[in-house]
Amino acid sequence: MQQAEPILRMVDVRKTFSGFSAVAGVTFEVKRGSIHALIGPNGAGKTTLFNLATKFLKPSSGQIIFKGRDITALLPSAVARLGMVRSFQISAVFQTMTARENVRVALQTTRDDCFSFWRPQGVLNVLNDRADALLADVGLSDLRERKVTELAYGQRRALELATTLALDPELLLLDEPTAGMGREDVGRIAAMIRRVAQNRTVLMVEHNLSVVSDLSDRITVLARGEVLAEGSYAEVASDPAVKTAYMGTAHG
Amino acid sequence: MKMNFDKAGWIVLIVALLVAPWIFYPLLLVKILCYALFASAFNLLLGTCGLMSFGHAAFFGTAAYVAGHAAKVWGLPFEACLAVGVAAAAAVGAVFGYLSIRRQGIYFAMITLALAQLIYFLALQLPFTHAEDGLTSIPRGKVLGLFSLDDNIVLYYTTAVIFLAAFSFIYLVINSTFGQIVRAIRDNEMRAVSLGYDVNRYKLLAFTLSAAIAGLAGANKAIAFKLATLVDVHWTTSGNVILMTLLGGLGTLFGPVAGALVFVMLENYLADSGLPVQLVIGAIFILCILLFRRGVIGEIERLVLRRS
Ligand SMILES: Nc1ncnc2c1ncn2[C@@H]1O[C@H](COP(=O)(O)OP(=O)(O)OP(=O)(O)O)[C@@H](O)[C@H]1O
Ligand SMILES: [Mg+2]
Repeated sequence: MQQAEPILRMVDVRKTFSGFSAVAGVTFEVKRGSIHALIGPNGAGKTTLFNLATKFLKPSSGQIIFKGRDITALLPSAVARLGMVRSFQISAVFQTMTARENVRVALQTTRDDCFSFWRPQGVLNVLNDRADALLADVGLSDLRERKVTELAYGQRRALELATTLALDPELLLLDEPTAGMGREDVGRIAAMIRRVAQNRTVLMVEHNLSVVSDLSDRITVLARGEVLAEGSYAEVASDPAVKTAYMGTAHG
Repeated sequence: MKMNFDKAGWIVLIVALLVAPWIFYPLLLVKILCYALFASAFNLLLGTCGLMSFGHAAFFGTAAYVAGHAAKVWGLPFEACLAVGVAAAAAVGAVFGYLSIRRQGIYFAMITLALAQLIYFLALQLPFTHAEDGLTSIPRGKVLGLFSLDDNIVLYYTTAVIFLAAFSFIYLVINSTFGQIVRAIRDNEMRAVSLGYDVNRYKLLAFTLSAAIAGLAGANKAIAFKLATLVDVHWTTSGNVILMTLLGGLGTLFGPVAGALVFVMLENYLADSGLPVQLVIGAIFILCILLFRRGVIGEIERLVLRRS
């Protein structure tokens, strides 16, 4: 029965912004070990749902259960420490730091000297090997000493992924990991998601449908804050309601 | 290169501290050092943490009153007076920090200003602060119980040692494992949260440390000038420390020191000139912001780093 328990369960979750329901009662589960895609037109509420799951936003109502534990009342930092870590739709990096320092900030969470204002940061050099290995994984070895302001957009997204993976999360939430990337970068990131998903669960928002069909075990379609359809790629793609929802939207 | 620039800065600073009393009036230098430390403490919060406090006079002034009271009424030795001043500033800082750090940007600045006004009114009303008169004739006492601080040279070197120690401490904090996380929070708070950092606890510690060091500057000033008055807790003092920091170069290690130097010197020479001091300083400040946006030290650093 252990495997049957989903890693993440959202039960009738709602979020209203001054009267407007961005998420209007969503119930869904993410199976442990799967790659689960969340798709839907612009403004469907996908990012809002991520914000709710990771507690960056407080749900107006509903319940969020992670690893069998009710996390509805937790702080977002506490959710991250439990093993659900998210990336952002807009690339999020520490811009005054080098690529390696970015990854090191994530690795530092495992240390007990985060509040040690008297300990010189030279002691953090022991993290360099781990950081460099993570950077190598995303193809940034040559750029590890560069300030992130010198990195191209795709490289920043890759850095963000390396930083997120540094936490070794059980559940990885990726908000449009390939948005704005060239075809080559998309291929590399997709391959990497597949690789890192071998021993963890991934929930991703993705507009690139070929990436979605290649990677995902299961797909949930969201429209106007509600679940429209759920199933395998083939099931979802042939659903008439999904076709209607995508009609006339900018991309799908 | 950055390392070398900072190293050169340290050498210039230490040499200047040693020889300055033979060139300038020691009490003027003491004043500069107190404000330089105050501005450096402020910069620890704004430059490293990205938090713009508009109420730092509360910590400077609280410590000035408490240290002055400890010296005058309780008769405590010099070092103990500094210690109680710092403790009082840290305590007030912890409470104010707790109440303000959840807010961002202008809201944060406004809350710190409002809380600092509260301290101002307390200073006006409480019996031990003596309202408009303030605490006067605070005895300086002896340093280490041996050397009388009524000798201006002893006072100067004592202040210089305190300044250097506290300034080194700030350097240590900025470059600590804690400082690294605080910088990450300044760069991108949401990202730091998403990595699992409880950012409010880091901000609170940074705020309290900054308040404590501002308190050390205030306590030292009160004893050196035998005076703690409403000016020390007034919002203009909070404003001046912002000016000094921006003038010298926000987020640079030596910027606030240079800013305090320029500010106090200007104030000192303008006072005898009959010109409206605040107006002239304001005009110079606007000019500096327009001409060197990085502040004096920030611009020098840029020039030096570009040449090499
Ligand atoms: N903080 C907020 N305040 C008010 N409205 C919001 C807020 N955040 C999101 N919304 C609204 O909620 C709806 C859902 O937004 P959300 O960002 O979740 O969509 P999305 O599915 O991620 O879209 P996209 O594909 O464009 O990223 C939108 O109409 C948006 O304008
Ligand atoms: Mg979105």
